[in-house]
Amino acid sequence: MSEDETLQIRLTVNGEPVVRTVPVRQHLVDFLRTDLGLTGAHLGCEHGVCGACSVRVDGAVVRGCLMLAVQADGAEVVTIEGLSDSGEIADLQQAFVERNALQCGFCTPGMLMTAAELLREGTARSREDIRTFLSGNYCRCTGYHAIVDAVEATLRNRSSKPSEGQT
Amino acid sequence: MSEKTQLSALSAPNSYIGRTLSRAGAKRAVAGRGRYTDDVAPQRTLHAAFLRSPHAHARIVSIDTSEAKRRPGVALVMTGAELAELCTGPWIGTLTCFPGMKSAPQYPLALDRACWVGEPVAIVVARTRAEAEDAAEHIAVEWEELPAVIDKKTALDPGSPVIHAELGDNLAFRKVIDTGRVDDAFAAADLVVEATFDFGRHTAVSLEPRSLLAHYDPGTEKLAITTSSQCPHMLQRVFAQTLGLPDHKVQIIAPDVGGSFGLKIHTYGDELATCAAAIRLGRPVKFIADRLESFVSDIHARENLVKGRIAVSRTGEIEAFDIDVLAGAGAYSQYPRTSVLEATQVLNITGGPYRHKHHRGRATVVYLNKPPSSQYRAVGHPIGNTVGEHLVERAAEALGLDPIEMRRRNVFPDDAYPAVTASGIKIKDLSHQRCIDVLVERMRYPELREEQARLRTQGIHRGIGIACFIKSCAPGPHGYYGMGGAPISLQDACVIKLEPNGGVLCAVGVTEQGQGTDTVMAQIAATALGVPMASVRVISGDTDAVPYGGGTYGSRAVAIGGEAVYQAARDLRQEILQLAGVLLQAEAAALDIVDGMVVSRAGRTERLSLAEIGRIGHFQLAELPDSIQPILSHTRRFRLQEDLYLFTNGIHGAYVEVDTDTGFVKLLKHWVVEDCGRVINPQLADEQVRGGCVQGLGGALYEHCIYDEAGQLINGTMADYLVPMASEMPDIEVAHIETPTSVSELGAKGVGESGTGAAPAVVMNAVNDALSPFKACVTTQPITPEVILTALAKI
Repeated sequence: MSEDETLQIRLTVNGEPVVRTVPVRQHLVDFLRTDLGLTGAHLGCEHGVCGACSVRVDGAVVRGCLMLAVQADGAEVVTIEGLSDSGEIADLQQAFVERNALQCGFCTPGMLMTAAELLREGTARSREDIRTFLSGNYCRCTGYHAIVDAVEATLRNRSSKPSEGQT
Repeated sequence: MSEKTQLSALSAPNSYIGRTLSRAGAKRAVAGRGRYTDDVAPQRTLHAAFLRSPHAHARIVSIDTSEAKRRPGVALVMTGAELAELCTGPWIGTLTCFPGMKSAPQYPLALDRACWVGEPVAIVVARTRAEAEDAAEHIAVEWEELPAVIDKKTALDPGSPVIHAELGDNLAFRKVIDTGRVDDAFAAADLVVEATFDFGRHTAVSLEPRSLLAHYDPGTEKLAITTSSQCPHMLQRVFAQTLGLPDHKVQIIAPDVGGSFGLKIHTYGDELATCAAAIRLGRPVKFIADRLESFVSDIHARENLVKGRIAVSRTGEIEAFDIDVLAGAGAYSQYPRTSVLEATQVLNITGGPYRHKHHRGRATVVYLNKPPSSQYRAVGHPIGNTVGEHLVERAAEALGLDPIEMRRRNVFPDDAYPAVTASGIKIKDLSHQRCIDVLVERMRYPELREEQARLRTQGIHRGIGIACFIKSCAPGPHGYYGMGGAPISLQDACVIKLEPNGGVLCAVGVTEQGQGTDTVMAQIAATALGVPMASVRVISGDTDAVPYGGGTYGSRAVAIGGEAVYQAARDLRQEILQLAGVLLQAEAAALDIVDGMVVSRAGRTERLSLAEIGRIGHFQLAELPDSIQPILSHTRRFRLQEDLYLFTNGIHGAYVEVDTDTGFVKLLKHWVVEDCGRVINPQLADEQVRGGCVQGLGGALYEHCIYDEAGQLINGTMADYLVPMASEMPDIEVAHIETPTSVSELGAKGVGESGTGAAPAVVMNAVNDALSPFKACVTTQPITPEVILTALAKI
């Protein structure tokens, strides 16, 4: 493989078809950020630990820094921008704002991606469960307490009003 | 509330002071619409990468960049020597307030010698970061390794290698404070407890790494720098000075800042090199540190070895503290804030809550072949509080006194202020006694002790920790930076303007990194003016748009910047009332502003909206007599006067469980009661405390830059350098005592660092309380399982 080798990929990003030619060594998150201008996913470590680059690929949350753009050929990718526009996590976002579950906001898109997965799976219930589920997403500002509060409140609201927040 | 407070506006029904309001920026961030430096991507932007030293100490025998320059996409390669030609001179990280301090001249990129692993040696600028990194691998350097100084304990030995020959030795600075008669106090004391503490070096790990985008316009000769910074004006000054540009031709824009914690109050050689490259190329050049280079090029902190002892009477009165601090700085003192403040703060604040009379502290700061250390959140406090509170706790244990009772007997009483600590710092408006009372209540302290005793009988080893603290906030102009000669404003400013539609623009010198500074400033402005929050927009983080200021660091934003906003808004209010008086043919004193309307004080009848004042004041000037010239823009600056700092105080409590087989510590619950003066936004204040605690807990339990004997960082990845995760952290209960400071009208002190400053102390006390049945004691941080098992003699 030479450093400048490229390949054409076709994928769906936030519901829109995308066709691009990308360097084969380009990471998915770099492709999303630089080629598509979707800057909501952030680069915190570029080695798969901090979770700031989390995006949804074919329904599962992945590290955008550990996947190559070419590996997303044919995939359905959802970023925080798409997740936000769809309204799927409007209640969660609202809870984050009300509870001030973010400060600098750099980890927040990734945190929301993972929390959205937690809400969809519906297996985590206790604060301890929530803490464990979110442990792959680092936050340096909040100390996590407010994030756990916001996720817990959203879980509670969804289970008491199952039709809301899932547009 | 203090009797000195004359602020009826602050407690008026429409006041926003003391109210939880959401941050405007939060809505953008949750939608993925935050805009950080790396998200700004002008056309034709080039990307910088650095060749960094692989050696802790090595001479550059030769450096050949010719092959790198030929690599695809490369626009520029510069060595340290080539870059130095574009600079006015090296940085020397000394301040005149530290007499006798020494530091070697430091160039942005290593000239002929590299002094730590990670020191930038050459810059490569290319079309993409990947191409720049590829090319950097083709720079050929012939290195001659030199002996490195890694261990601070031997750095001053006669046989030690000397990092900078011109300094004569590796000593950066020595300081002694001594009330006198300390030895007598120890000789006469009923009880002396002593311990040696080893604090590991760690670093800030802001999730957004250091980031800078420089753009030079040869037409206007202006350098615009977008960068993740807490202190735009300081950067403007330092970059302008070093690049030989006039300050006013350098603009610093701090967009959203993805975490900072003191890491981003500094100037870094790689950032300066990026600016120089942008000038050379006339194109935007971006440098985004990757995580691996962050670990070896961001400032480090906390590497201190402390010997401490305490003298106590049999009734538990503290009589003296004696501490000896050996701090391991990096290879250079960080310009312009220095690398010696941390150790001097340890001397100042150790035992700071207590009324002891005798105090001696010696600080020795030595240079090591490691990255420069400097100010990081709660500078020196994690160390000083840990030392002081550990010794107090051990003394209480030896005397059979409850730790709470021990503190009650020794803290400055709440009616004792103003006072001076034995270390010589002036304190006022503090509330140790009330904080202790509230903590005992919140923790349900007696019940917790019962539970602990009950579980011990079942082989479950829980510990309760207590730690009082004081925290220096809002440095004043007689302190380090002002008197010391650093180009950092110790005052801060607000320009507030009434717009034609009645909207209010409020430009401030302090900056926002997610703490909610902008929101808090809006709350203060809206309250002081009498307008709805929605009418106020705060502008910060752009040297072209805001008045000159120091930025946000040292828990100063609300104490200093907030007071400037308050006073400026009061001035604007006064002018609006005068204009309204003219228009309404009423006495200004008979009018008030409520919810954006001028009303009569009597009867509160609405007379005129601020939109009307704005319209007339800007457009329909004929409605005013010629003798009235509306300004509708007011500037105020504020600084501390005789005080070195505004001190805050508080107390932490911790409940932990130690697994004595594995050495793992489970944090069960954490409490903080603190006094940051007037609380503007309770939720934001709480979250500053919570986040600060977790950063302190990280340092106490996990975070450590581990160096081997050759000076290589052996855990410089996010997988190996441990930061707190959600699953490891406890819920943190926060309460505030509000003793407004008497030095300002607003009465706010600082809140951003008090969690970090005392959390390491309280968790260590809690761990030792859990270990007490085993007569084991830890005094090393981070308190890893290995440290605990060693203390238990299990390994």
